[in-house]
Amino acid sequence: MEKTWNNRAWFLVLPVLVLVAFSAVIPLMTVVNYSVQDTFGNNVFFWAGTEWFEELLHSNRFWEAMTRNLIFSFIILAIEVPLGIFIALNMPKKGWGVPVCLVLMALPLLIPWNVVGTIWQVFGRNDIGLLGYYVNALGIDYNYVQDPFDAWVTIIVMDVWHWTSLVVLLCYAGLVSIPDAFYQAAKIDGASRWAVFRYIQLPKMQRVLLIAVLLRFMDSFMIYTEPFVVTGGGPGNSTTFLSIDLVKTALGQFDLGPAAAMSLVYFLIILLLSWVFYTVMTNYDAER
Amino acid sequence: MNLDFSWMAWTWPTAAFFTVIALLLVGMGVWEYASPGGNPRVGVLRFETTRGDRLFVSLLGSAFIHLAWLGLVGPSLWWALALSVVYAVGVFRYV
Repeated sequence: MEKTWNNRAWFLVLPVLVLVAFSAVIPLMTVVNYSVQDTFGNNVFFWAGTEWFEELLHSNRFWEAMTRNLIFSFIILAIEVPLGIFIALNMPKKGWGVPVCLVLMALPLLIPWNVVGTIWQVFGRNDIGLLGYYVNALGIDYNYVQDPFDAWVTIIVMDVWHWTSLVVLLCYAGLVSIPDAFYQAAKIDGASRWAVFRYIQLPKMQRVLLIAVLLRFMDSFMIYTEPFVVTGGGPGNSTTFLSIDLVKTALGQFDLGPAAAMSLVYFLIILLLSWVFYTVMTNYDAER
Repeated sequence: MNLDFSWMAWTWPTAAFFTVIALLLVGMGVWEYASPGGNPRVGVLRFETTRGDRLFVSLLGSAFIHLAWLGLVGPSLWWALALSVVYAVGVFRYV
């Protein structure tokens, strides 16, 4: 039977195009327009050309925030991905333990970001916070309000607590989709626990790991609410990430031009790194 | 209905920029219509790319070329534009 081609079906995509236009394309165009102009409000703009971009690229404040962001994302991925895989491997695959574990894992993901920040802000306080109080009682001088290292530790632990579950759930979904025949064949061959992980479980989890790494990278690189609530970018500027700096510039100082230029550079870096991650991992997958 | 887009703060240079991007996309659509399939091939990066991938790599690379020029050389971007065109031709030829 001859296949019927009907390109009118493309019209069904129109609602999505309209949605993307209003939620992404038009705002992005506006940011580009703002990035080459200056304004003092009242919808009056003055041409600034590439001035904001030059200023940004020569700004230590921007590069320091960028470095903090990259270090934060690297640490987050280095902890959450192996930890997520480890927990998923050790979760029960059948019985009553499965729903219990899944619900427990899903709980942190259900809490809004600002609430997570507030929880950890109180939790880490020396005077009334359970964590802060007992860590200090152990003789460790812990004060995330004054010590940049403590602030970083608090934010990293908070992010690990909040988001490792996502990696766990994705890895678990990959693991339960592996047919028993694979494990039976490995058992017949006398494969070690490591060999089963290396040659059966890890390759089967690769697609979900790609999604996990991409989601966690993009999310951690754009992190705003949690550190803003816990540390407000301090002490000093030690936890001022790009997003916090951007909001300070755009809303605190109302410098819309420089903020738009920063947004675009930020966007391009996320686009580049996400593309690199995606390309490397999908091509590694295709080669296998 | 009064459609007021003044809040988008349009300028002629940015309008020209988006028009060029739109024309490139239309051009890619016409190219695809004339020669369907996206012309997938494995180039110097040693993974398969289609025409769309090559356009994306060209545009993204051009953006970084312009930023690097602004940061390292100066505000006159004509040479950066020329370099970007050479880069895009290279991408479409070898990637």
